[in-house]
Amino acid sequence: MPIVGWIIIGVVVVLVIILFATYNSLVRLRNQAKNAWAQIDVQLKRRHDLIPNLVETVRGYMKHERETLEAVTNARNMAQKAVGGGVGAQSKAEGELSGALSKLLAVVENYPDLKANQNFLALQEELTSTENKISFSRQFYNDSVLKYNNKTQMFPSNVVAGMTGFKASEFFEVEVAAEREAPKVSFS
Amino acid sequence: MWEQIRANQIRSVILVVAMGALLILIGYFIGVALLDSAIAGLIITLVIWLVMSLIAFFRGDSIFLALSRARKIKRDDHPRLYNIVEEMKIASGLEKMPDIYIIDDPALNAFATGRSPERASVAVTSGLLQKLNRDELQGVIAHEIAHVKNRDVLLMSMCGVLLGTIVILAFFATRMLFFGAIFGGRRSSSAGGGQAQLIILAIGIAFMILAPIFAYLIYFAISRKREYLADATSALYTRYPEGLASALEKLGGSKAELKSANKATAPMYIINPFRKKGRAAADLTSTHPPISERVRILRSMAGGAAFADYENAYRQVHKGGKGVISPAAVASVGAVGLRAAEPEAAPREPEPSKVERTREVSDLMWKLNDYKTINCACGTKLKVPPKFKSGQVKCPHCGRIHSV
Repeated sequence: MPIVGWIIIGVVVVLVIILFATYNSLVRLRNQAKNAWAQIDVQLKRRHDLIPNLVETVRGYMKHERETLEAVTNARNMAQKAVGGGVGAQSKAEGELSGALSKLLAVVENYPDLKANQNFLALQEELTSTENKISFSRQFYNDSVLKYNNKTQMFPSNVVAGMTGFKASEFFEVEVAAEREAPKVSFS
Repeated sequence: MWEQIRANQIRSVILVVAMGALLILIGYFIGVALLDSAIAGLIITLVIWLVMSLIAFFRGDSIFLALSRARKIKRDDHPRLYNIVEEMKIASGLEKMPDIYIIDDPALNAFATGRSPERASVAVTSGLLQKLNRDELQGVIAHEIAHVKNRDVLLMSMCGVLLGTIVILAFFATRMLFFGAIFGGRRSSSAGGGQAQLIILAIGIAFMILAPIFAYLIYFAISRKREYLADATSALYTRYPEGLASALEKLGGSKAELKSANKATAPMYIINPFRKKGRAAADLTSTHPPISERVRILRSMAGGAAFADYENAYRQVHKGGKGVISPAAVASVGAVGLRAAEPEAAPREPEPSKVERTREVSDLMWKLNDYKTINCACGTKLKVPPKFKSGQVKCPHCGRIHSV
């Protein structure tokens, strides 16, 4: 009898350990996805911060492109206002900003002096990198969500997920066509 | 920790265990042949191994960075490099930004070090920064971050310590056995059982000579496997295998050798710093797979950037056979698409001016002809001919006296 008792206790202990481990890995994966999402916001904000500098640098060279510059500034202000206004509004505003930016950067082609400006080149590198970081954050977010969702839906971890209320997350698909095309920061 | 070395896990573990077994056997032989006690031999072996492991674990990365003469940079020193590393940090989900180092050397190479993802460093040569465009540099950095993320740095330094211990012990043991046999140690003085002892001695010496060779082969096998995996992971992070492929091509085409690399540090670099032309494709004694093959695999990744695509490309290049990535790892990554080429954003690093290049070539010519160069404090480079007999030389510009 005592032997059977010990076996039962052993099995229960092992089960509890597995339960805790699964729970912890679910929490870890959920936090990973959350962090990746936060990273996207950081990079979008960084893009907003870069634009006034860009406009300032470019203005001296582009006397005849006032409208283009204004469009970028306006789009940037709109995008900043849309922060916190829901995913739909935000992605629309960011998409318009991308469109205005790529228009501006296409016009730069006509100003060889500007392309030799060190300040401008530095800004251009920052913009390129920010666009990359946005898409890499999105990529990592989706990878994390995939892992997290697998864990919440596959046996046996789905049992633990069901008991403790972990639900599958949504992937971050790009909804606005303009947003999918990050501004081409290329003039060469 | 082992959970992180997901892909290739089992095969790598088997090879590490094999190396450990070699080490224990050596300890046993030393014990039996030299100390009359197997236990004593094993204890000595384990102590040496433990000390080396601890040094490698706690000081390994700083020693390695110092050996390669790398200098740490900040964001403002090279914004583009910093940005690319940060992009790859995001893509790989590393929690902490790795430290970035530059090695001032015209050779094209890069490495990663650090025992854990929280304490990682990436180093690239200045030649690499000059010659590669943004996409290519991104591919190389992704490969290095992949080594960090896959815990290859830890795995390879563990293997390196095992290898080092085996080589050192075998070196001393063979010499002690050899001279012991010649000058008649305490064992050979006993009259009885001389022949049996001689046989044991012979086996021992043969084993001591062979063990380091086996250890090297195992070490190289592990290193090559991890290179394939890092290539696959790089493609997965960047979604753009062509970047790494074309970077590897440039790296392979460059003739400059990295001055600060040595045999012990070779497996850490993205390409073997000592590669020679015309080596057999599946060379057993190379730390890295042939570059041409790595490029072919990356270029054959037609459908996407997932591990499964790399695995298919590998099979295609190798005409079937076993793959390089474990099925579990392949399954952990869903279908992944490729991205388009990055429009070349900023121009490359300014190349060295014509004057500088001419000077570099002429310096090289002097060196080739055995001239000694002395850098004077006034900025003059004195070239001393090999026939120069006097012990001192005067600088023609400022008059300082230098000893030769």
